[in-house]
Amino acid sequence: MSVAIKVENLSKAYQLGEFGTGTVSRDIERWFARVRGKDDPFLKIGETNDRAVKGGSDVVWSLKDINLEIKQGDAVGIIGRNGAGKSTFLKILSRVTAPTTGSVKARGRIASLLEVGTGFHPELTGKENIYLNGAILGMRKKEIDRKMDQIVDFSGVERYLDTPVKRYSSGMYVRLAFAVAAHLDSEILIVDEVLAVGDAEFQAKCLGKMKDVSSTQGRTVLFVSHNMAAIQKLCNSGLLLNKGQIVVDGPIRKALDVYMNDGGRGSAEYLFDADKLQSDLAFVTRVRVEDLEGRLLSEIPIGRPWRVRMSIRVNEAIRGMVVGLGMINNLEVPVRTSWNLPRDFQPGNYTVTFEEQHVVFSSGRYRLLAGLSVKGQSIQYLDDNMFVSFSDVIENMNGSVVKSDNGVILNQMKMFVEEDI
Amino acid sequence: MEGSESWDLILTPQRSFFDINLKDIWRYRDLLWLFVRRDFVSFYKQTILGPLWFFIQPLFTTVIYTFVFGGLASIPTDGIKSPAVFYMAGITLWNYFADCITKTSTVFKDNTNIFGKVYFPRIVMPLSLIVSNLIRFGVQMLLFLVTMGFFYWIRGDHSFYFTAYVLLFPLVVLLMALQGLGLGMIVSAMTTRYRDLAFLVLFGVQLLMYATTVIYPLSSIIQKFGGKHVWLVRTIEYNPMTAVIETFRIGFLGHGTFSWGMLAYSTTVTFIILILGVLTFNKVERSFVDTI
Repeated sequence: MSVAIKVENLSKAYQLGEFGTGTVSRDIERWFARVRGKDDPFLKIGETNDRAVKGGSDVVWSLKDINLEIKQGDAVGIIGRNGAGKSTFLKILSRVTAPTTGSVKARGRIASLLEVGTGFHPELTGKENIYLNGAILGMRKKEIDRKMDQIVDFSGVERYLDTPVKRYSSGMYVRLAFAVAAHLDSEILIVDEVLAVGDAEFQAKCLGKMKDVSSTQGRTVLFVSHNMAAIQKLCNSGLLLNKGQIVVDGPIRKALDVYMNDGGRGSAEYLFDADKLQSDLAFVTRVRVEDLEGRLLSEIPIGRPWRVRMSIRVNEAIRGMVVGLGMINNLEVPVRTSWNLPRDFQPGNYTVTFEEQHVVFSSGRYRLLAGLSVKGQSIQYLDDNMFVSFSDVIENMNGSVVKSDNGVILNQMKMFVEEDI
Repeated sequence: MEGSESWDLILTPQRSFFDINLKDIWRYRDLLWLFVRRDFVSFYKQTILGPLWFFIQPLFTTVIYTFVFGGLASIPTDGIKSPAVFYMAGITLWNYFADCITKTSTVFKDNTNIFGKVYFPRIVMPLSLIVSNLIRFGVQMLLFLVTMGFFYWIRGDHSFYFTAYVLLFPLVVLLMALQGLGLGMIVSAMTTRYRDLAFLVLFGVQLLMYATTVIYPLSSIIQKFGGKHVWLVRTIEYNPMTAVIETFRIGFLGHGTFSWGMLAYSTTVTFIILILGVLTFNKVERSFVDTI
């Protein structure tokens, strides 16, 4: 299998801050250093792109020493936290920006979809914009002519083709834009988080088209998304980036696993800084994941009843407050939200308990969300890396559960077998 | 095993200065035409008077110049009896040149969103501006010819006439376009980093008009300042646009200061400007997305 893309020692540095009056002298300095054959004095070594930390120099390495090979026909999912360097990587591949060091080599044409509707002009009609957008993305006019029917059909806006695009609803706009891009005909296709457009039906259509492009047409696809379910469906290979460097470069399952379990250092108790929230009506000070005896459990065996205990401080009397707890699985699917009936609270400290004795969830890590609200208005919404994890260990299930990850819910239904007479 | 290292695309930090990928530009020629069409159509659709604006501006300007420069200031018009004809000639040409510079100089700033999201040879955009300005220029040339006709036949002013130099018209247009393109590219490349330059451009183009023989003929400058202030004459003569305008006027109106030497000089300078423009543009194009 031949190599479609080869990346060697790729790095990208960005300069932070304003480009005001300081930079003319800087430019001269830089140029002078380069002419003398010396290194650029302003590119310090070692600063990585950690957004939480204000670095010493104001040059940030958005990508650092990336080395990889992508084989022809691969469908690669590029994942990572925000700021990991995914979009920068795609921008370099798409020739929108240049590398600072290193090189990228590719076989075949590269077509990129970094944004839907690039170049759409509101005054032009749908049809005119199909031509304009297609040409911007690299298609020849004849090619667009040939594919016009397919594009219009895919987008579903045939009736409105001769209306200026400024009159389109946002859904139509996006459908048209994606329809053009979906018919790009290049050996390598790069897609950056643009599948989160349109309604559910259209998203499914887009996903289907992408799947078609990569598996049946045999093209190489690079795919960035936060939608782990989509990535899993579409990709066979995964690339996990963190702070500009490669963490995992291998099968998609491996990349996803590492990404999901990053940071799971086994905590079960989460404390929140009460001082910062003194001014709020009410807030959560502590969240504990424990069993019914009060033991903190960072990993709950399957079958053991468990509970989430929230400590809440209420500062003012509140009428009708609702406390809620949400669980979201590792594919970002919300599993369950529980909440109490509105209740009046006087100022003071409270413990709210959410107990689970019956439903058995499959193993894995679930994110917890906590929320306080009054009459539909949110007082606090807590989404701060809190987790409940279920281990592979099966406890007390009387043999009814054999595999810990066999579906989302592991409880058995009540079942009868009767012989027909 | 890899087999032969035959890559279709290689991306590296540096690129040689002279790397102008003509094949790429040719591949995107449909896009160039679509941009031209887009500019034209969107202009048309967004105004009430539409393409009429192409006529109104030169007409008004001509009237004002005739009154102010011809009437009030009594600046000579090279022996042409109807000053309106003289001024309109200069205005029509200068409009095209000025448009090329000013529109090209903001091309990066105006299109950051497109440039930041998709690749196409960046030079396609300034080129499309040059071409779409040509359409406007064509329309204004028609107006100019109509005006000439009006004064010639209806007003009976026979002080102007076509000469053989009219055949140099295509060269004149080409020189204007390339100068405008080159200067525009230099400015737009620099304004990605130093934004104030954009203001300087508008101001600069205005000043440049006064340093070119748009509203006065070169002959009168030589006559008036040839003795004591030769440096002034030389400055105006060294302005590459001067030769362009004088050649145009001598071709269409029969009056102008022309010399093959001046034209050759202008052509050379034009190409130097163009090369400089393309070089700076290329250098900036790959990294401007990061600095703008």
